[in-house]
Amino acid sequence: MALLKVTDLSVNYGVIQAVKKVNFEVNTGEIVTLIGANGAGKTTILKTISGLLRPSGGTITYEDQEIQKYKSQKIVAAGISQVPEGRHIFPGLTVVENLQMGAFLRKDRDGIKTDFDMVFDRFPVLKERRNQDAATLSGGEQQMLAMGRALMAKPKLILLDEPSMGLAPIFINEIFDIIRVIQQQGTTVLLIEQNAAKALAIADRGYVLQTGNILMSGTGKELLANNDVQKAYLGG
Amino acid sequence: MQTVLQQLVNGLSLGSIYALLALGYTMVYGIIKLINFAHGDIYMLGAFWGYYVIHQWHFSFWPALLSAMVFCALAGVIIEYLAYRPLRNSPRIAALITAIGVSFLLENGMSYLFSSNVRSFPQVMDVKSYNLFGIKVSNIQVLILVVSIVLMILLQLIIRRTKMGKAMRAVSVDPDAAQLIGINIDRTISFTFALGSALAGAAGVMIGLYYNSIDPLMGMTPGIKAFVAAVLGGIGLIPGAALGGFVIGILETATQALGFSAFKDAVVYVVLIIILLVRPAGILGKNIKEKV
Repeated sequence: MALLKVTDLSVNYGVIQAVKKVNFEVNTGEIVTLIGANGAGKTTILKTISGLLRPSGGTITYEDQEIQKYKSQKIVAAGISQVPEGRHIFPGLTVVENLQMGAFLRKDRDGIKTDFDMVFDRFPVLKERRNQDAATLSGGEQQMLAMGRALMAKPKLILLDEPSMGLAPIFINEIFDIIRVIQQQGTTVLLIEQNAAKALAIADRGYVLQTGNILMSGTGKELLANNDVQKAYLGG
Repeated sequence: MQTVLQQLVNGLSLGSIYALLALGYTMVYGIIKLINFAHGDIYMLGAFWGYYVIHQWHFSFWPALLSAMVFCALAGVIIEYLAYRPLRNSPRIAALITAIGVSFLLENGMSYLFSSNVRSFPQVMDVKSYNLFGIKVSNIQVLILVVSIVLMILLQLIIRRTKMGKAMRAVSVDPDAAQLIGINIDRTISFTFALGSALAGAAGVMIGLYYNSIDPLMGMTPGIKAFVAAVLGGIGLIPGAALGGFVIGILETATQALGFSAFKDAVVYVVLIIILLVRPAGILGKNIKEKV
């Protein structure tokens, strides 16, 4: 069953149409990836799902509710959390405070405590640096913190925007491993990546986006093997 | 030595008023990057509210102070909602000009409604002077200092410990990320205006009591001085605003004590010019480097 269904979604920036009647869906338990070059509209789609941007047309259906008019806090409350591109952790707040902020809308103290342990378990480096100012973390650590913060909201669907961008190769592998763990523990993942090879390798399904349109879709394996995809995005 | 200490006491009580006002400037700037030039007029509204409830309803000091804080908090929220919120996504200069317009509206509106005459503030408290080691301290000075410090501590607790306070900090460093974790930006901004305006309201009632006179234009000069105090401490920084307020207050009384009363306002502006030339980020400000 589709957890998230995007139908004929269009988004404009002024007169420029960044996303043109895009259709895709994410089923419960999947990792779905949107790949495409810079400017293809990937981030715009995620921001629209999260309620930061308003679509000019089309619908976004999540758990059978149309959410394209919801405010962002209502969308977070419904179970969709985004890890934004460039991480956007809160500098000046400690690692622990950043994680607490992730649970901003939750009231179940015990559940929050459990999730703290879960996040520290998954990202031991955050536990080590728990009382440090988040701005002092390395890029990879900040990415983990941003993911940890999103997980603190206990989302059903997590939206990841370029989690590997600007990271050292050793961190990139770690981040992709973690995405898999997140999925195995029951959170559905919508992943946006320029690192198409890595993204398709862990994704159940993928969509190729070009200048605001979906060009093709298929399972991760199919797309990895596709000649056009290889030429355009995998350097093959 | 005694004169120095005496002026220090005077400076501290005046400075705590500036500090309360500067906190409002700095919090609003921190969260929406707006210099709210109408802030000094909120302080005037607080003084008038205090005047009214003491005069008409025979409130004693504490109810007058608390009700002025509530009244000003509401006024601040309403002003933000009507004047600044529609301009949230406009260029910053538009909101700045609007703030100046709101300031004029409040000053002239109050002059129109209640006349521009100077009124004497009802004395709800007997003024007592104490002599401590040759330094004259009035009970009102002590009251101002203590109330201000208590309010600043409360503010710090609200910002550090409460959920709304944390939301304020999150919105001020990264509004987009704050939205993505479910923070309601509009509500957080309203809350910030409420807090800042409540402090201004308290300052207004206390200054009425201290100087014993109020008028619709009373907010102009203290408002600008408090703005200088906020810049001096480092705009956007809460400890900076408190520090800047005390520094400006002490500087002003020191200038008067040295016999340059005519220059007491000029000194403050000279400080502004110097700080902008030498250390634009303010005393406590630093150029923050972030990893990207």
